Amino acid sequence: MLEVQNLSMRFGGLLAVDQVTLDVQEREIVSIIGPNGAGKTTVFNCMSGFYKPSGGKILFEGKEVQGKPDHKISKLGMVRTFQHVRLFTQMSVVENLLVAQHRHLNTNMLAGLLGTPNYKEREQKALDRAAYWLERVGLLELANRDAGNLAYGQQRRLEIARCMVTEPKLLMLDEPAAGLNPAETKELNQLIISLKEDYNVSVVLIEHDMSLVMDISDRINVINQGRPLASGTPEEIRQNDDVIKAYLGEA
Amino acid sequence: MAANNYKHALFCAIVTLIISFPILGLNLEAEGVKITVTGAETSTHIAILLAAVVVFVFQAFRDSFMGALGKLPKLNPLVNKKPMEQSKRVKLESWIMTGLVVLALFWPFFVSRGSVDLATLVLIYIMLALGLNVVVGLAGLLDLGYVAFYAVGAYTFALLSEYLGASFWVALPAGALLAALFGLVLGFPVLRLRGDYLAIVTLGFGEIIRILLNNWTNLTGGPNGIGGIPDPTLFGMEFGRRVKEEGNTSFHETFGIAYSGEHKVIFLYLIALVLAVITALVIRRFMRMPVGRAWEALREDEIAARSLGLSRTAVKLSAFTIGAFFAGFAGTVFASKQGFISPESFVFLESAIILAIVVLGGMGSQLGVILAAIAVTILPELAREFSEYRMLIFGAAMVLMMVWRPQGMLPMRRIHIKLKKQE
Repeated sequence: MLEVQNLSMRFGGLLAVDQVTLDVQEREIVSIIGPNGAGKTTVFNCMSGFYKPSGGKILFEGKEVQGKPDHKISKLGMVRTFQHVRLFTQMSVVENLLVAQHRHLNTNMLAGLLGTPNYKEREQKALDRAAYWLERVGLLELANRDAGNLAYGQQRRLEIARCMVTEPKLLMLDEPAAGLNPAETKELNQLIISLKEDYNVSVVLIEHDMSLVMDISDRINVINQGRPLASGTPEEIRQNDDVIKAYLGEA
Repeated sequence: MAANNYKHALFCAIVTLIISFPILGLNLEAEGVKITVTGAETSTHIAILLAAVVVFVFQAFRDSFMGALGKLPKLNPLVNKKPMEQSKRVKLESWIMTGLVVLALFWPFFVSRGSVDLATLVLIYIMLALGLNVVVGLAGLLDLGYVAFYAVGAYTFALLSEYLGASFWVALPAGALLAALFGLVLGFPVLRLRGDYLAIVTLGFGEIIRILLNNWTNLTGGPNGIGGIPDPTLFGMEFGRRVKEEGNTSFHETFGIAYSGEHKVIFLYLIALVLAVITALVIRRFMRMPVGRAWEALREDEIAARSLGLSRTAVKLSAFTIGAFFAGFAGTVFASKQGFISPESFVFLESAIILAIVVLGGMGSQLGVILAAIAVTILPELAREFSEYRMLIFGAAMVLMMVWRPQGMLPMRRIHIKLKKQE
């Protein structure tokens, strides 16, 4: 469903991403790994429309999306999280989820001012969906708290819930396990698998936590210094000599 | 450290002397065609010296002074009070609002004409501040040229009545819509700008409108302004002693009461009150609607908002347009109240005052903004004797406010949407 072909991104003299190619099938978890500064997040930024790539193509469900503005890409069904959690901290947890459903709501101002039945119905539906996902990520009890007051792990889960209420087809997670303790990582692990199994979402994952990556990935792409180094199943990657040298260290 | 302090203090004192002595200590006197320099009175010299001493002392012991100022919040009796519970406060706030409106409804019948006139001005400022609150407080877009939309509203009414003989009731929606259109047009070029840059561009826009009004003499009369703007009518009834327009009746004749100039003033006040209430209610409603949440989301984190499919263009433009719309409302009422407008009324200071009201009241908070509007408009009137120091007092109030309550008088508490517990 997603194909990235020969993607390049140049910042002045720096070629941050060079000819990266990867693809994601439906209901698949694909990881991107690589040392710090390898260009993983830059690939994400190109895919989600924050950067306009200098070269290459990004096809989502057969349509070219490279260079489209970010809000349009997210409307197509590709939604991302951020390496550093980006919540609307002064809004309550449930409101964070309502903002994410903006395009499912009746945004006609007159309808809102008059409170037409259609407006109310969609507002209620959004609340229901928010409640469902809060329950799903275990935050229902905290629904009316300010998002900024949540613990770090909870914020991470809220960010994923916020993506899921937009009903994406492809979820891009940028280091979702960063800063989580082992128990929380395990929960995250199960959550991501269930997103794939139960909600038919494909996942692209950037992660440093090798146990998480090896556990849940269907395929792994390794990037080193902006260039693709290897790709394959976790088993293949584990035994790939180049990868071991560049990334896992010579053991 | 200490020596350094004294050196610095001495330097500051000397600078004070150098600056103030020629300005205050020397007088120019004209004798025929010649101008001679004479020294000022001894008391002035003493005052200058005293000022230098004050500067020296303050600079020398600056650290301890500022330290003491930092402890001042403890004098503030409210500091240790626990904030009221969310739901309770919301309820209390709506009660206060309702109380204010009811009070405002009956109040003009018991006070002087001058007070009612002033109150109308307060209401106009409330409308302006509530409108700007959308742009600055909710959407987080610093707009220093807000007065431009106010001017557009006022001039729409003035021009429509001058050239087409339009009445207040026609001009009111026309002025608001035209101001909204200007908001939309201004919104486009500034979409990409944030913070300081946005502030400068809006500042420029405000000045452009004013200068345009000032120089387009054929249409707007330039600095002479436009006069003879009609008063509003009540179902075709005029409030003047004699009917100006044929076919109209006059208010006092219809009801068989004696003519009184107060009727008109009170009527205009009531119109302003109704409009201000509408403004407050509509914006309050907006805050709970998807568009209001989108404003706040974009203010909190633009990147995250965009990644969730919010269009920056649509959200920012809607904030600008809606803010401008209510400024247009206020402008129309203002034109009608004054009966005469000129570009003088729409200088940058107005923008600054409206912004100050929003900041003092607490960004995003409606009740806070309303109270601040009342305070900022009425205080200078009460302190007429000090009118020269008006700006000084204003400045001092702002500084103290920022030290004690940087979040404003009544900081915004968001009207949370509650998730009801699932059964």
